[in-house]
Amino acid sequence: MIATDAARANVTENLNPERPQEAAAVPETGKTQAAVKIKARNVDFFYGAKQVLQGISADIRERKITALIGPSGCGKTTFLRTINRMYETVKHARAEGELLLDSDSIFDLALPNLRRRVGMVFQKPNPFPKSIFDNVAYGPRVHGLANGARLTELVEQSLRGAALWDEVKDSLQKSALSLSGGQQQRLSIARALAIDPEVLLLDEPCSALDPISTAKIEELLFTIENRCTLIIVTHNMAQAARVADYTGFFLMGKLVEFNDTKTIFTTPARKETEDYITGRFG
Amino acid sequence: MNRLGWRKAVNAIMSAVTALCAVTAVAPLLFVLGILAVKGASSINWSFLTQLPKPTGELGGGMANAIVGSGQLLLLAALFGVPLGVAGGIYLSEFGGWGVPFVVRYAADLLVSVPSIVIGIFAYAVVVVRMGHFSSLAGGFALAVMLLPIVVTNTEQFLRTVPVWLREGSLALGAGHWKTTISVVVPAAMQGILTGILLALARVAGETAPLLFTAFNNDYWARGFQQPVSSLPVRIYEYALSPYDDYHRQAWAAALLLLGLVLIVNVLSRLVLAKKMASRRIA
Repeated sequence: MIATDAARANVTENLNPERPQEAAAVPETGKTQAAVKIKARNVDFFYGAKQVLQGISADIRERKITALIGPSGCGKTTFLRTINRMYETVKHARAEGELLLDSDSIFDLALPNLRRRVGMVFQKPNPFPKSIFDNVAYGPRVHGLANGARLTELVEQSLRGAALWDEVKDSLQKSALSLSGGQQQRLSIARALAIDPEVLLLDEPCSALDPISTAKIEELLFTIENRCTLIIVTHNMAQAARVADYTGFFLMGKLVEFNDTKTIFTTPARKETEDYITGRFG
Repeated sequence: MNRLGWRKAVNAIMSAVTALCAVTAVAPLLFVLGILAVKGASSINWSFLTQLPKPTGELGGGMANAIVGSGQLLLLAALFGVPLGVAGGIYLSEFGGWGVPFVVRYAADLLVSVPSIVIGIFAYAVVVVRMGHFSSLAGGFALAVMLLPIVVTNTEQFLRTVPVWLREGSLALGAGHWKTTISVVVPAAMQGILTGILLALARVAGETAPLLFTAFNNDYWARGFQQPVSSLPVRIYEYALSPYDDYHRQAWAAALLLLGLVLIVNVLSRLVLAKKMASRRIA
């Protein structure tokens, strides 16, 4: 028990003291808080006959950061990939249940529209083999959002939004592959921001980065939070504690607990959550 | 002998045996190069490179028309074979799945192993008979048929090395499958695809059999693509079989030239590819 408390203290230390913690903002009680951006009700997910998500229900709050944590293979990334239907690239994968973006069913939206509204940043930085400019301009060009001077402006805005502008403003025509890993990941974020998504999904965006690059990305999340809803999958519980307003704990395909981050890390309702965050398994 | 000593001895012997096998395996290449250099190098001179063949019995003359002719045939082969092969490779890798792609892939594998003389007969039946005469067009077509399966297979393989997360990066931005393929996947594999095309061209550059009764031969310049055309491999074949020493000398020189060109293309494209692979690892 002593060991448990120590471990928990260790995690809660990472709670950012400057971030206002909405102590009363327990999603289930429905008190005054941010609007619901994504509403999941009984979402099931299957790869062929194998069920990997069971009855996921959650309210993701608008312009907040929600972290999804849990051990490997628990379904958190699958849930993330359900929100922009990225799972459709996998054969025999299917999702069921109710999943709403505002009031639109995610399963019914046309893919280009859905992905225009829900952006994604991947675990591994994935710059296209193009110039830095063309990487950021890719999304706007696909959706015909801007061209000419307006596009140049949009690229600059997006790069500024991803805190990358000052480092690349003189080398926009250089290959994106020449950037460092951390820069490449911020470029991925700029690329996603360029189509002004309402929701940004981040799948372990820092797992391939060094601590300094990680810190930059985390800082960035707080500025992006003002313009879009963020959902971040992370293996790093300290990171969840640092950045997230809400945290969901996945275990074996179920969303075991979903609450504001402080509650999850200090007084979790479920034994499994407590065991996981105190490092007894996972 | 103790156990450790025994293991060390076995290790040393097996290393030596495999090293010997490796050297033996590449020995033919060095041997061929050596012989060609000894027999042919002295005959590669300015007139060999710039003059037309002299009539039988007269000394001297060169292979200018065969050198240009080979280039012409390769150009035609590339024009016919490369767009089709690259498009086919894109289909197999990106839009594949089962069924049709399986059949196409299998057919491509079979086509690679069809004897080149058979492809020559095919081109003869399809092009030469219809046109009523030999032509560089027919030769280019025959080489294109040889080129096609190599380019298809090679393009597919390089496209498959493009990581999933790169495709997903584009799809996640709302781009469609085709847009993703053309704007992200193909550019990412471009260097490999180009290298593969060069290697395939180098491979068919030395083909003789498909040209024997398609492009045939020509002692003069071929005007346009309708006439029979001379090529290095066919010229080598003809001169080597002739009874004249001067022709033999020129055949050796032509063989050295052909092998040299093929080797240069081969080595250069592999160097480019190796560099590309290295830079991707760092990224």
